[in-house]
Amino acid sequence: MDFLNALVAFLNYVFVPGVAYGSQLALGALGVTLVYGILRFSNFAHGDTMAMGAMATVLMTWLFQGWGISLGPLPTALLALPFGIAFAIGLLLFTDRAVYKFYRVKKAKPVILVIVSLGITFIYNGVTRFIIGADDQNFFDGERFIISAREFKAATGLAEGLSFRTTQGITVVTAVIVVIVLFWFLNKTRAGKSMRAYSDNEDLALLSGINPERVVMITWIIVATLATIAGVLYGLDKSFKPFTYFQLLLPIFASAIVGGLGNPVGAIAGGFVIAFSEVTITYAWKKILVYLMPENLEPSGLVQLLSTDYKFAVSFVILLIVLLFKPTGLFKGQSV
Amino acid sequence: MNETMKNTALFAIVAVMILSVGFQSSWNSALLIVAMGLVSSIMALGVNLQWGFAGLFNVGIMGFVALGGLAAVLVGMPPTEGAFAAGGLGVISALLLGAGTIIAAIFVMRKMTPGWQRTLVVIAVLIAGFFLFRGLLDPSVERIEEINPAQTGYLGGLGLPVLIAWPVGGIFAAAAAWVIGKTALGLRSDYLAIATLGIAEIIIAVLKNEDWLTRGVKNVIGVPRPVPYEIDLQNNPSFVERAAGLGFDPVEGSTLYVKLLYIVLFAAVLLILMWMSQRALHSPWGRMLRAIRDNETAAEAMGKDVTARHLQVFILGSAICGIAGAMMTTMDGQLTPGTYQPLRFTFLIWVMVIVGGSGNNLGAVLGGFLIWFLWVQVEPMGLWLMNVITAGMAEGSALKEHLIESAAHMRLLTMGAVLLLVLRFSPRGLIPEK
Repeated sequence: MDFLNALVAFLNYVFVPGVAYGSQLALGALGVTLVYGILRFSNFAHGDTMAMGAMATVLMTWLFQGWGISLGPLPTALLALPFGIAFAIGLLLFTDRAVYKFYRVKKAKPVILVIVSLGITFIYNGVTRFIIGADDQNFFDGERFIISAREFKAATGLAEGLSFRTTQGITVVTAVIVVIVLFWFLNKTRAGKSMRAYSDNEDLALLSGINPERVVMITWIIVATLATIAGVLYGLDKSFKPFTYFQLLLPIFASAIVGGLGNPVGAIAGGFVIAFSEVTITYAWKKILVYLMPENLEPSGLVQLLSTDYKFAVSFVILLIVLLFKPTGLFKGQSV
Repeated sequence: MNETMKNTALFAIVAVMILSVGFQSSWNSALLIVAMGLVSSIMALGVNLQWGFAGLFNVGIMGFVALGGLAAVLVGMPPTEGAFAAGGLGVISALLLGAGTIIAAIFVMRKMTPGWQRTLVVIAVLIAGFFLFRGLLDPSVERIEEINPAQTGYLGGLGLPVLIAWPVGGIFAAAAAWVIGKTALGLRSDYLAIATLGIAEIIIAVLKNEDWLTRGVKNVIGVPRPVPYEIDLQNNPSFVERAAGLGFDPVEGSTLYVKLLYIVLFAAVLLILMWMSQRALHSPWGRMLRAIRDNETAAEAMGKDVTARHLQVFILGSAICGIAGAMMTTMDGQLTPGTYQPLRFTFLIWVMVIVGGSGNNLGAVLGGFLIWFLWVQVEPMGLWLMNVITAGMAEGSALKEHLIESAAHMRLLTMGAVLLLVLRFSPRGLIPEK
């Protein structure tokens, strides 16, 4: 029995990665949920919007690195992030003008907009691959660890090390700041209030003099910002590869639906539910159980419920369960 | 110009484009385009049933197609020597146990009164079932995968004629569609899209990782064929003589002959399905579906069971995609789970349906041929375009190399643009619904 080592192993392999991944999903799901709440369709292009924003950031980072500008221990990507966001805002506003607006004015069915967003997905995906290629790109620099496993072991004398990577720290801190600012904006400012009013009841909002085009514009700006931040954080933490962003769609949608589509609090909760389910179900628990069990009861296998290749299956099963039992999500989302 | 003439002209244009490939490059590529065009048309027919008739948005076509491919392997491949004895019973009983667990959980859900006790019992049943399932499955899988892993290492198939796999593929896809439809239909339309997106990813993940079933990324090659092998034809003196009589050398003659046979088979399937779809479209059932599509509330008020009709048509459409998937794997002669990409197998089919004309079966077939042709031709065209653009640049410059290298990604862009343009300017497609 070695409780302390088990706890450290749990923190190192389950808790910290789960929190970081959960923050990334939460930011992605917030974007999806906002589009759903205001524009009333499921935006399939969100994953590739993340890829586009991240791509712009990666390119700026390389430029800065070429000029020799850096942020010291922090990754240069943080400095490039505002440029990536600006690019994504321009891109989304342009897309809205060129594509979505037509269908909005026509009051097309939501499913048509979903198909349109699928078309946008592939154009974005094509452009991303065209510009930066389909391969993994590394754009991380600066200090790798806040706490490295070796230092931790030396400092505490435990057998298990706890490592806390810079990217994980940045992810969590950024996510917290973004969420606070977003909720302040939605609850305290005039523009935010008009957004919520529009989301609750379009007709009443129009009657009280809210300009719908302005609401839509603000929504796209916020969505672009959230998507770029989520994309860059995911890229820093794992790696930047265009196709992975398309695959992120499923966990992101699962997060948004689990929390309740259209509900920002739900999106955050959903992100963490999905992330922790994925990590706990695909983690090989042997290491932790070895510390907790008496020696003769130690598990012989890896005690891994599902191989990591099935991590999509986890979000999918959770999605199915929620659809079956609580279609509006854990927090009350919009209509079924 | 009346409608029949316009439609004939459209098909003629596609035919001329394919013929020009035959004259300019080779008849083999032209026939391959025709064969794959037929398979694509069948997939488009299935999706048209879901979208055109009923307005259901299925983003998981790839998964249903892949299930058809799995059927081709499970039916057509010979059984692996000793694999069934080693672990076949274990795997089958594990799968039955898994199904039994879910049925037991549903039974508990239905029979017990709602409350925390029911929740606990359901969770307990599921967890116990899962561990029993893994306990039974894992050792059997290990034993199966130990058998000659370089060559087999999987259960193999039933060794039956591969043509049987085509309807079986349809049944596999239908079963998956039933599960999805049961959960996601009757809710918002977007939920079906997300659920199908998910099931497709999972089916591909299963095919890639369950080596005992499909050899995973090691691929199953040499799926038996319903048509003769080229090499046998080339060794057959009477065939060589006949080919020579038509002015072909034995190699070219045999490859063309095999492709023609496939085309005949595929065309037969397409004609049968086309006839059935047309009958369905003009039947009371088809009218009811369109009524539901155009105004769900009104149809429901008239006493139509909207969710049940949706479930029916969703299963039928997916089954057609499964059949097409089995046909495609049969022609390829191999199952390569790594090649299933959402772009190629989901998105492309959608472009076919929308461009061809949603709600019109003939349109779906036209879209299938036309878009498949474009899909094959866009890459060389993109490369040519890039060569023209970069012609003035210095040899070996980084930008030039990058542009030429990126030409392969033109497909994504082109298909996305085609879809958006058609949706915007001609949302009813080339052959609109009547």
